[in-house]
Amino acid sequence: MNTLTLGASRVGYEVKTYFRQGDSVFFTFLFPVVMLSIFSVAFSESSFGPPGDEISAAAFYLPGMLAAGILLSGLQNLGVDIAMEKSDGTLKRFAGTPLPVVSYFIGKMGQVLVTGLMQAALLILVASVLFGVELPADPEKWLTFAWVFLLGVTTSAVLGIAVSGLPRSGKSATAVIIPIALVLQFISGVYLQFSMLPEWLQQVASVFPLKWMAQGMRSVFLPEAFEVLEQGESWNLAGVAIVCGIWLVVGLVLTRLTFRWIRKDS
Amino acid sequence: MTTEYVVQVEDLRKSYGAFTAVDGVTFDIRRGETFALLGPNGAGKSTTIEILEGYRDRTSGEVSVLGTDPGRGGLDWKAKLGIVLQSTGESGNVTVREQLAHFARFYPNPRDVDEVIAAVGLEEKQKTLIRKLSGGQRRRVDVALGIIGRPELLFLDEPTTGFDPEARRQFWELIRSLKAEGTSILLTTHYLDEAAQLGDRAGVIAGGRMVDIGAIDEIGGADARIPVVRWIENGVLREERTTTPGALVARLGEPDGLEVVRPSLEDIYLELVGEAGLAAAATDTVIEGAAL
Repeated sequence: MNTLTLGASRVGYEVKTYFRQGDSVFFTFLFPVVMLSIFSVAFSESSFGPPGDEISAAAFYLPGMLAAGILLSGLQNLGVDIAMEKSDGTLKRFAGTPLPVVSYFIGKMGQVLVTGLMQAALLILVASVLFGVELPADPEKWLTFAWVFLLGVTTSAVLGIAVSGLPRSGKSATAVIIPIALVLQFISGVYLQFSMLPEWLQQVASVFPLKWMAQGMRSVFLPEAFEVLEQGESWNLAGVAIVCGIWLVVGLVLTRLTFRWIRKDS
Repeated sequence: MTTEYVVQVEDLRKSYGAFTAVDGVTFDIRRGETFALLGPNGAGKSTTIEILEGYRDRTSGEVSVLGTDPGRGGLDWKAKLGIVLQSTGESGNVTVREQLAHFARFYPNPRDVDEVIAAVGLEEKQKTLIRKLSGGQRRRVDVALGIIGRPELLFLDEPTTGFDPEARRQFWELIRSLKAEGTSILLTTHYLDEAAQLGDRAGVIAGGRMVDIGAIDEIGGADARIPVVRWIENGVLREERTTTPGALVARLGEPDGLEVVRPSLEDIYLELVGEAGLAAAATDTVIEGAAL
């Protein structure tokens, strides 16, 4: 049994256990759908965007919720999940078996990819069927969606593994990791329109990958008239690739340096 | 493959700052042998076993487990071990069968999943989520996970805590069948009858030191096994240790409350641990005296 086949069997196991955990299904899987529904209903009378190109609240919030989903499924989900597994003895048990660490990571990444993809599909479906959001017809837009999603979800998952070492116990995991995710969502244009934020806050948000994931998603789902609202009046997809790519590398290096099955002598 | 010793420990020490948890422990385990490590809480049993399992680093001393230094054991080495840790609290969102089938894939030559489920007596519960099991049933899953990989050496750290008497007896049968297959076992337990039932040899550890080591029926020395005759004379409990209890009883006739007691492993153990406690206290006094 090699590392890759074991990794594949871990993916099945991880996805199965993910959906059996009631709180993770609600707080990471359904949360963006719930938020999208609330915003769409609450602002159903308002319209967003420049005059002549107004769109509904559902259409306006869809890209942000897709980006939030990527963050929740990766960073928040894995950060909390692995911290819990550290403290409840799951990792200690693995440490005593011949399971390769890489197979364990493949399982986690696979779980994030599968659940993140299902979540994105559900969001797009709800937006289009329930709230009548018009989806892009241009295949090039969907190609952009594909790479922004894949890069975003991978970066988010790797960062989740990296931050799982921060909480000192499983109990404090949610208290440490959820606020990080929440603050990022507020400053990165998920809940609040990014162009309305003060410039210094935009600069701060630009350091982190979520702002760029949301921007990539806006480039796919918003009309072209919205491009002028972005920083530099451009979707700047190169920037999306560069910033997410840098964070991906940072996450990998941190994980390589800090991850241990168990802290010896603790 | 026929190394005579599966575990060799020579002058093992482990300190945490000024506190010495394990203070010069030496023992070894032969292939196929079941070795019981006994001692009160905090004596250093778990620290010792976790060093052998590769979970903790040692401060000094020589340790070899299946010919490998546990601090450097790779995946091939881990594939030959079975580890049942002292306590586990995983979320348990998988069924007994799913968990065992999954863990079986980690090992090159695993046991049959059905066989293992039957061996730990969880046939009825195999489709139940682990989190819905009772404490004793979860413990059996731990044991099942420890043996699924067909280990050469099995570590059992207080395996039967939370078992009812019947489950313990079933567990003993399981361990005997593993022994019969040639599995070497290192067992720690609080139940001295368990050590007496399963162990070939035992080591008693107290205050981080091995206070005695030997075959289960020899530990503590011959003197510790001299039978005790008790009876009541003029309303007072009398007690006498003698190698010829029959002669003594014959001389006493029919006194009240007559009994002949052969010290159990538990009695011998308590005596050993008690002596170690006194000796440690005496050493402390000497040191304090010297400091003055």
